[in-house]
Amino acid sequence: MIHVHDLVKTFGEVKAVDHISFDVSEGEIFAFLGPNGAGKTTTIQMLTTLVAPTSGTIALDGIDPQQHPHDVRRRFGIVFQDPSLDGELTAYENLELHGVLYHVPKRTRVERTERLLKLFELWDRRDGFVKTFSGGMKRRLEIARGFLHTPKILFLDEPTLGLDPQSRNQLWTHVKHLNETERVTVFLTTHYMDEADRVAHRIAIIDHGRIVAQGTSQELKAQTKTESLEAAFLSLTGSTIRDERADAADQMRQVAKMWRR
Amino acid sequence: MSAIYILWLREVKRYSRSRAQIIASLGQPLLYLLALGFGLGPIFEKAGQGSYLQFVAPGVIGMSVLFSSIFSGIGLLWDRQFGFLKETLVAPVPRLYIMIGRTFGGATVSMIQGTLVIVICLLAGFRPQHLSSLPLAVLFMTFIAIVFAALGTTIGSLLQNMQGFQLIMNFLVMPIYFLSGALFPLNNLPVGLRIATRINPLTYGIDGLRGAFVGTAHFSTATSVAVMSVVAVVFLMLGARSFARIQV
Repeated sequence: MIHVHDLVKTFGEVKAVDHISFDVSEGEIFAFLGPNGAGKTTTIQMLTTLVAPTSGTIALDGIDPQQHPHDVRRRFGIVFQDPSLDGELTAYENLELHGVLYHVPKRTRVERTERLLKLFELWDRRDGFVKTFSGGMKRRLEIARGFLHTPKILFLDEPTLGLDPQSRNQLWTHVKHLNETERVTVFLTTHYMDEADRVAHRIAIIDHGRIVAQGTSQELKAQTKTESLEAAFLSLTGSTIRDERADAADQMRQVAKMWRR
Repeated sequence: MSAIYILWLREVKRYSRSRAQIIASLGQPLLYLLALGFGLGPIFEKAGQGSYLQFVAPGVIGMSVLFSSIFSGIGLLWDRQFGFLKETLVAPVPRLYIMIGRTFGGATVSMIQGTLVIVICLLAGFRPQHLSSLPLAVLFMTFIAIVFAALGTTIGSLLQNMQGFQLIMNFLVMPIYFLSGALFPLNNLPVGLRIATRINPLTYGIDGLRGAFVGTAHFSTATSVAVMSVVAVVFLMLGARSFARIQV
């Protein structure tokens, strides 16, 4: 479903993504793990048509995101690292807007909106303004929105950041459920190893823009002779702390956080 | 088309829900109208120019359309900060449609705002002479709304964050307003001011509006319509171009 070969992205001198290759098959849950600044978000941005690769090939469902961005966009749903809802609209209106932008026929849109809002336990709050929602509710709404146009692939970029264990647990249960019932391929990034261990069929570990290992959780543990995925991760990526340079997006994220409270 | 409509609707919904903001944004035009309209009225009349209130009301209406259209365009910055922009940029919709939906939504909102100011002007004693030319007045309000919503979209696409906002306000929006003939007649101006007003698109918008409302225009209606049409097309193209280049 996702095919990446020899992908490179450089920003000036910096190689954010350095010759990576991997394949994700249909219906698979694939976790992309790595320290801060390893190139996870850049990879997602290239897969989702937002950033053009420097070199290498990408195919989503057989289509090149650069050549046919609209065909690719119809095929995936995405939950960004930062919230991307309109707080001044209601939950229902946010989904309606999404459905119209993705050309979902009205009947299907209404049916799926109801089904997804019920599944994510937001149906009772459908007419509430999103700005009044808690972090967990917003995340659930974003994931419901990502599923609305029946995508073939769902990208989740650190979807559980800042959520309590209950919300995280519930969120992954829903994602797994939809992965099984709708055969959606899921591509996720997270910093919580236990989540990757629990939901992902296969895991790739990326560091300094390169994939340092990939396989099932079992295989990674066996390869590094460690007991847990966290230990395997640390053994592969080392324990030095990465100080990411704050770019414009990070600064904006900080401002946005400030304004939200 | 439905994408354009839903984004247009979003702008209108957001506006109609911000009641407090609507009231607040009526304060400034009201102040201009009352302080200048009545404050400068006696001098203006002595100079043999007639009623200043009649003169300045179209300028104040134009101002409110200018401000709300340009800010609706710059509202793009908020969407960037609150993340909603990305949702529209990964949607399978051409960016041109997104830009058009937003810009026309913003233009619609500023038309509503302008209409509210017309009501205030009427309450303050403003009396349009030709009710038959009301459609022409609406046409000029539409021109101002589209031209400056498109300009706002261009600025919103180019700015990365809110820090440039004050700069835009002081060095672009206020000069456009003050150098437009909204507050003073366009004849017998010093050379510098004369040039500045002639190259300012708002001048033609407000002059056209004044011609429609009170029948005392400096330029001919045809000139103003021609200038505003050309500027509208150019600014829409600029807006589309810069919006298409936004990097997330």
